[in-house]
Formats: sequence, C-alpha cells, structure tokens
Amino acid sequence: MYQADIQATTTYLKELLERSTTSQGLEWLTQKMELVSSEKAKPKDFYLSFSAAPRFIGKENLHLTQQELQMADMIRSGFNPSHWSAAQAARTLLLLSLPHQDGESFFSQIETLFNTADMRELVALYAALPLLPHPELFRKRAAEGFRTNMGDVFEAVALDNPYPADYMEMDAWNNMVLKTLFVGKPLFRIYGIEKRRNAKLARILSDYAHERWAAGRTVSPELWRPVAPFIDEAILNDIKKLFTQPNELEQQAAALACAESNNPSAKELLNSHPQLKELVEEGEIAWNKIGEKNLELQ
Amino acid sequence: MNTHNLMLIDPHIHMTSRTTDDYERMRQAGIVAIIEPAFWLGQPRTEAGSFKDYFSSLVGWERFRASQFGIKHYCTIGLNSKEANNEPLAEQVMELLPLFVCKEGVVGVGEIGYDDQTPTEDKYFRAQLELAKEVNMPVQVHTPHRDKKAGTIKSMEVCLEHGIAPDMVVIDHNNEETVKDVLDRGFWAAFTIYPNSKMGNERMVEIVKKYGSERIIVNSSADWGVSDPLSVPKTASLMLERGISIEDVRKTCYQNALDSFGKSGQMHESDWLQSTSVDQREKFSDNSVLRGGQTPVVGEINTTGEPGSNIVR
Repeated sequence: MYQADIQATTTYLKELLERSTTSQGLEWLTQKMELVSSEKAKPKDFYLSFSAAPRFIGKENLHLTQQELQMADMIRSGFNPSHWSAAQAARTLLLLSLPHQDGESFFSQIETLFNTADMRELVALYAALPLLPHPELFRKRAAEGFRTNMGDVFEAVALDNPYPADYMEMDAWNNMVLKTLFVGKPLFRIYGIEKRRNAKLARILSDYAHERWAAGRTVSPELWRPVAPFIDEAILNDIKKLFTQPNELEQQAAALACAESNNPSAKELLNSHPQLKELVEEGEIAWNKIGEKNLELQ
Repeated sequence: MNTHNLMLIDPHIHMTSRTTDDYERMRQAGIVAIIEPAFWLGQPRTEAGSFKDYFSSLVGWERFRASQFGIKHYCTIGLNSKEANNEPLAEQVMELLPLFVCKEGVVGVGEIGYDDQTPTEDKYFRAQLELAKEVNMPVQVHTPHRDKKAGTIKSMEVCLEHGIAPDMVVIDHNNEETVKDVLDRGFWAAFTIYPNSKMGNERMVEIVKKYGSERIIVNSSADWGVSDPLSVPKTASLMLERGISIEDVRKTCYQNALDSFGKSGQMHESDWLQSTSVDQREKFSDNSVLRGGQTPVVGEINTTGEPGSNIVR
C-alpha cells in the first residue's frame, strides 16, 4: 500500500519549504493540511487549498543541496525533486494529508482533481505519483500522462520520476521511452532506464532510427542506450553505421553499446575501434555523459 | 483610432466566442490584458460536464490562445444567473466551482447576479458570494436587463448582507440611471459599450465628464452577439478627442480594472510588462492557433500602423 513513509516524506518536504516560502505561507499550509486530514473536511476544502497553494506559498523553484537530494532518494528510491517548485511541494503535502485508508475514495478525490487540473496542477499531481499510497491504482492515470502534448506535464510523469519504472506494464513503459525521444527530451533523466530495457523496446527503437534515417533526419545518440544488450545481427548493422557518423556522440554511443553487449560480433566491432574502446574502459564514455552533452548541443 | 499608445485592459470580454483575428486587432489597438467572465452559450447547457470543459477551456486553451497574440488572459469563474434556474444542474455546478476558482489566472467569481430575479437566482448568487468570501476573491456582478435599477440595488444590498466589502465587487453593465447609486455605495461601476443596448461610446464620454474617473471601468462584453471587441480602445480614443484628460482615460480603460481585479493577487502589471514577445510555434495539447499554411509570428508584436487587411489575394 505504501511506496514511501508518509510521515518521513511530510517532514522532509516541510523542511524544504521552510527555506522557500514565508512563515505566513507555512502557517497557511499547516492549517490546510490539518483541515484536509480531519474527519470534518469536505471535498471542497481539499480542492480549494490545492488550487490556491501558489498564492500563499509562491512559485519559486526549490533549490536542493546534494545532501537533500540524497535524502530524497533514501525516503523513496528514485524520488528526485530537483526540478520542483515550492507550490508543487505544498500541493504534494496536501495530497499526502488526505485520508487514504479507503483506497477507492482516496483515488476518486485525486482523479477529480486530475480531470479538472490546469497545467501546473497536472505537473504537481504526476510528479507526486511515486509518493502516494495505493500506487497500483494510478497506472491508467500515468499512462494518460504519457499521452499529453504539454511538455511540462510529460516531463513530470516521464522524467526524474520512479513511478513508471516501478509500476508501468511493459508496453506503456516502452511507449513512454519512445515518446521521450520523439519529443526531443533527454533519456538519461528517465529513472530505471537500464533496469527496464527489453528486447521489444530495442526492436522498436531500431525501427524508429531507420525511419529517421530514411527521412534524412538525425538520431539521438541516447536512443541506443536501451538497445545495447539486445544487439543481434540486424541491430549490428545500425551500430556499424553509428561508427561512421560524423557526430562524435553517436560514435561513443556505438562503442558503449558494443561494450554492454554479449554479442561476439559486437565485441569484435569494438576491438576495431581501439581508441573508443579505451575511453569506455576508462569510464570517459558513459550514457549519462552522452545524454548531457547531447542536451547541450540542442 | 488614436489612443496615444496607452496600454488598455478589457475587463469583460467573452473571447471563447471570438476569432483570433479579434485578438490580433485588439493587441494592435493597445489591449494588453483581458478578463473573460464565465458566461452562458446562448442556449442553456444541460449537463454539468459541459460546464467543466468550459471552465477548463477558460483556464487552459483560451489563455494559451490569447498569449499567442501578446495578450494576457484572465478569467472569472461562476454560474451565470440565467442557468442558475435549473436547480439540479446548478447544484452540480456549485460542486465544480471549488475546483476552479483558485486556479492560476482566475481573478474573481463571476459573472454572477440576477437575470429574472427569481428566488433560485437569488439562492445561487448568495451561495457564490459565500464562496468568494471564503477564498477572498473579487466578485463580478452582472446586473439584469429588465428592472435594472431595482436589480442593481438589490445586488449590492445582498453583497453587503454577506459581509463583502464594496471595493471587492465590480457592478457591471451600468447606465445613467444606476451609476450614482453604485458609486455612492463605494462599489466599482463598470460600463459595457455594446451596440444597440447597454451603453454607447458617446454616452460613456458624458458619464466620465460628469462623474470623473474614480472607480469607473469601461469594457466591451463582446461575445457571440453583435458586439465589438474594440469597444475599449474606440471609447478611449473618443474620450481623448472630446477633451477628457489622458489620466482619466488611463484610469477608466486600464488602471481601475487592474486595481479592482488585482485584489485577487492573480493579476499584476508585470505580467505583461515583462513579456512582450510571442512565439506562435508553441502548442497547447498539440494544437496550434495557426491553420494550415499560416506563418507563425515569432518575436515582438507589431503595434504600429493599421491592422492588416483580411482580403486574400
């Protein structure tokens, strides 16, 4: 039923907010959290405070220290609020204050919010998914989040969010990874990208690369990250092509993919590029670095 | 139209019913911000779901569409008086309102008030005043077309009965008969320049001459009917032509709207002063404001010269 200890999460988020909002803001929030969690609360008490949160808390970004980020990961593996705003943290605190013993009623109140949310509210709701009790109830909702074409909303559910890796079925997950590339967002910010690699995804991504090449378009070097362990004779041709691309990052991706593959032909291919092989072995070439550099180039 | 490059606000306009051409012309005429009150559609809605999607569009797509023409879009959310008479439906809409009234860019509860002045209208007017009070938001009151003077006075009395301060209430659609009562009681008095009914431009000039610019607001209420989205700039221009001071024009066509609805905390001059450029390549839910083959405008909005001709060559 729980992904994260609610008490610990609440304490953590409140401490972050102490730095990012006023004392009046905190007081307002504390009162609303008490109201929302009490038995006398009406649905409108929750909805009004959820919407109004930025008015009292502000919309500044939280500025987290390295230590605070590590603490987040201890509270819930993969929880990463580095792109969160103060209002978003306050909205998450309100969600965590809702009584949740009755899972269905908890879910239906949050669904009502999703169905009428504006853009920033959607961002807060999707990014809060990995902290909510009854996570299994939100699978369909998360898949809906992948369908959005609002960039910030897509990022909230797909990037820096451990919920998809932990709860989504394979097809939904694959679709999310493909769409992340499709809309030009960075793959390295998808939590669990390594853990959830699968053969079907590798095939889909290779097809997608072929489509792009046929249209004379570039292909993100990050595309090969989930493909690497599934290099077969067909995909080997893609990797050979990568080694000949003028973009250095694509050559690096080719080397790294070969290094992560058990395919003997891939190993052989890597041996024919000794310089790149050495850089891989020294840790100079890594997927996150490729992703970051690729992002800088955009 | 000469408004000396004044920045203007139209605090009452139903853009859902208007085209993007209107946005273009409004921006060229100096309108930097608008407020779109929740309205009826000309025929009553029969399901709460249509209210939900309508409210969502006011805080979603319509905000985006306006931004693509360099105009900041705000709205007020409420159940209008005509539709308040369907009681079972009104009950469901009342349950939706708390989901919307505190959203970003919502600057008040509105437009609410009386139409036929029935007991049911009264019930939901009062319920919405209570909601406005609970969230400390301004109220935008639609005054009735029939039995207007009595209806206007009753609206104000009911607001006071619910403990709402007059400076938190904009009384809309005033005329020569109601203006004094509204100003004397300390409420904001808004005027709708609307062809063939409500207020005319020339009459508006006379009202400002007589009553000054304190707490007086000009708007267009342009909607799906025969109406003019350029009413505010045209009236501003006529006021200047007839010798009203630029400061009074600025107050009635800009500052008073900002001061009254700014009490929501959701509307600041910096909203439009800090962002003066547009990028029409942007999309909202994958939809662009542009139709096939149109070239997106990127950069500063051109506000010099006359609006372009719509003749297609």
